[in-house]
Amino acid sequence: MRKVLIRIKRQKDPHSMPYWEEFEVRVTEGMNVIGALKEIRKNPVTVDGKKTTPPVWDESCLEEICGACTMLINGRPRQACAALIDTLGDKIVLEPLSKFPVIRDLWVDRTKMFDALKRVRAWVENDGYFDLGPGPFFNEKERKIAYAFSRCMTCGCCVEACPQYNARSPFIGAHALGQVYLFNMLPLGKKDKDERLDAIMGVGGISECGNAQNCVEVCPKNIPLTDAIASLGWATTVRAIKRLLTE
Amino acid sequence: MSERGVIVVGGGISGLMAALKVVEKGIPVKIFSVVRVKRSHTVCAEGGINAALNTKGEGDSIDEHIRDTIVGGDFLAHQKPIVKLCNAAPSIIYMYDRMGVTFSRTPEGRIDLRLFGGVKKRRTAFAGATTGQQLMYALDEQIRKYEALGLVTKHEFWSFQSVVRDGSGRGIGIIAMDMKTMELRAFPAAAVIICTGGYGHIYGRCTASTHCNGSAASSLYQQGATFANPEFVQFHPTTIPNIDKMRLISEAVRGEGGRIWTYRNGKPWYFLEEWYPSYGNLVPRDIAARAIYKVVREMGLGIDGKDAVYLDVTHIDRKRLDERLGGVLEKYERFMGEDPREVPMKVFPAAHYSMGGLWVDENHMTTIEGVFAAGECDYLYHGANRLGANSLLSASFSGFEAGSRVVEYIKGKDQNTDKKWFDDELKRQNEQFKLLAAASGDENVYALHHELNDVMCDKVGIVRKNDELSSAITKILELKERFKKCGTSDGSRWGNQELIFKKDLYNMLELAHAIAAAALLRNESRGAHYKPEFPERDDANWAKITKVRFAPDAPKFEYEDVEMSYMPPTKRDYR
Repeated sequence: MRKVLIRIKRQKDPHSMPYWEEFEVRVTEGMNVIGALKEIRKNPVTVDGKKTTPPVWDESCLEEICGACTMLINGRPRQACAALIDTLGDKIVLEPLSKFPVIRDLWVDRTKMFDALKRVRAWVENDGYFDLGPGPFFNEKERKIAYAFSRCMTCGCCVEACPQYNARSPFIGAHALGQVYLFNMLPLGKKDKDERLDAIMGVGGISECGNAQNCVEVCPKNIPLTDAIASLGWATTVRAIKRLLTE
Repeated sequence: MSERGVIVVGGGISGLMAALKVVEKGIPVKIFSVVRVKRSHTVCAEGGINAALNTKGEGDSIDEHIRDTIVGGDFLAHQKPIVKLCNAAPSIIYMYDRMGVTFSRTPEGRIDLRLFGGVKKRRTAFAGATTGQQLMYALDEQIRKYEALGLVTKHEFWSFQSVVRDGSGRGIGIIAMDMKTMELRAFPAAAVIICTGGYGHIYGRCTASTHCNGSAASSLYQQGATFANPEFVQFHPTTIPNIDKMRLISEAVRGEGGRIWTYRNGKPWYFLEEWYPSYGNLVPRDIAARAIYKVVREMGLGIDGKDAVYLDVTHIDRKRLDERLGGVLEKYERFMGEDPREVPMKVFPAAHYSMGGLWVDENHMTTIEGVFAAGECDYLYHGANRLGANSLLSASFSGFEAGSRVVEYIKGKDQNTDKKWFDDELKRQNEQFKLLAAASGDENVYALHHELNDVMCDKVGIVRKNDELSSAITKILELKERFKKCGTSDGSRWGNQELIFKKDLYNMLELAHAIAAAALLRNESRGAHYKPEFPERDDANWAKITKVRFAPDAPKFEYEDVEMSYMPPTKRDYR
């Protein structure tokens, strides 16, 4: 039976130094990185025979639809559940996402991404949660574009790969810009589009994007983030001129 | 401890819907979840959500939705709640529509509908093949709006441990553990709503997200809440098997024309179409799962001799497939490395949905006053078998109901914040965790969980025999003993997932015992509960809800007649 070496960058808590441990795992059919981590957890002994603690990671759906188990796998940000061992070579390196504070081992704190969604008001303002009949019609062609953006899992791949997104930069990230684009095209979202544009025109907003285009490269849902950013670039320019004329 | 407000445990769509109904009245809500609420298990629902919108010229009606749901559940669900559920369905869809859910549309821009299992009319609204994700995100966004206003506080990565009860037995708050700092803390509340989903991970090899283990519901059960119909676990006919999980291939695939077959005498055999000419590939899930099990395990006709039959969409136009089933086909391709548009998918049944759950009254209150339950963790709507696309509906509607009832319940009531009750329960939980952390021995908690999964899948699964159920109970009792020897490989006081899982496994073992014991007692076949020794539904003796109460040695059972005010039982025939 084939074996692989799993090298994990570990860290006991947010304040301690990271360290590396290596584990040997017997590969079973269709095994993914989560499957390998679960095998390690059942008998947490390193390749040198040292007993250790079970590795810690964030997970939920294991179907690449929740975004929880995002980590760096051989240097690339992606969901561990969808990373099949057979496609990764004999030595697999697992690291926590580098743009977020580590909680423990491969588990990181992505609060910053969710705060960005608050800043850009990524929701529909409606009249309440009771029976008010159907919403407006929605053209299926536009709906398809919106749907592509509404599949964003807030997983962190796009911002991990982005050179502008880091602890020293206030950039809110491509995922948040994608949501602005989405809500500004929804039939009941459009009415608040100026507020959302205003939210991405200040510090850390759309002008911080360096157009590296790494975000679309790594997005697991192939969301056309750079199209959204280009379109929002134009919309914010128009908005800036309007603001200049009316204020 | 003077804060007023409501606590919601669980952040899937039932939890968030309940929270919205409370917070829109200006009452503050705290939401507790073991994951980011946006990553709750609701995102795994694919196919859609049912409502008799009747926009396809097929003469669909709410009455037909009610009848399909009652018959689909094999007459084990009280009928009045189903009538309310189906009547509310169109307004639930419209509410989501007004939150901005990107439902797939008709050429005119209306919400499109597709066909699903156990029905004859197109009744399922959908957003591609990721409907659950889209509904989840809409509620997550609405909740974020209230979070920004300071009315909702999220406690994400907090694990619910127990409710706090006062001297009269009323629920007045909860104890939860911070999964980072491992601190146990008490939170007072005017009412508690439990929306913690199903218990698939007692079976392990299931379609559920990894935290759907029934631990919270089991904890309440051990505190005295009555649990109902635990033996009713749905096996979804079409999943992709793997060691880490069984991945769902939506019923929508068959709704869009997918066909199930295997080879017999060297030729394709469409056994569902042959056995059930009227409903064909869209028979309800219990029937489809049993048919596949029979063909594979009893007739030995699995593909390549393995646990698999084909689910075939290769005859359907590629563009249409991508538009209507994109998400699910991408998933198959990603995990299996084959393009299902070119090669038929290999699938097999796996544990999927818990019809059973915490017993609740018509107001969604459990047998503990002040503690409500909604979503998959209640038992109210699906009887012995749930129809496809009724779960997103019941999760939404029950959350809506529970939230609304809680607002009425807390009106004019004094909130009990007497420190004594909180201190007592906190002490009890601290002691339990101290014991768990101090335990030593050769057993590994994850390996033991795997053994529990094996016995549940093998002996309390699609086909049940009384001698096997008895041996399953013996095995569960053995696992409970061995649990005491579960050592600790992680002594850390920070982010210790092993310790929390240990507590979860303890709770799973208690609930597993109730499932197996309830299955042993029910000597009939009804919906997902099938015993070849008793192959027929027995309405004279078993048109009854199982109600189980916890006792330290063995669960205690009583039964409640099913209320059938809408329609009397009929023969359930999909041929």
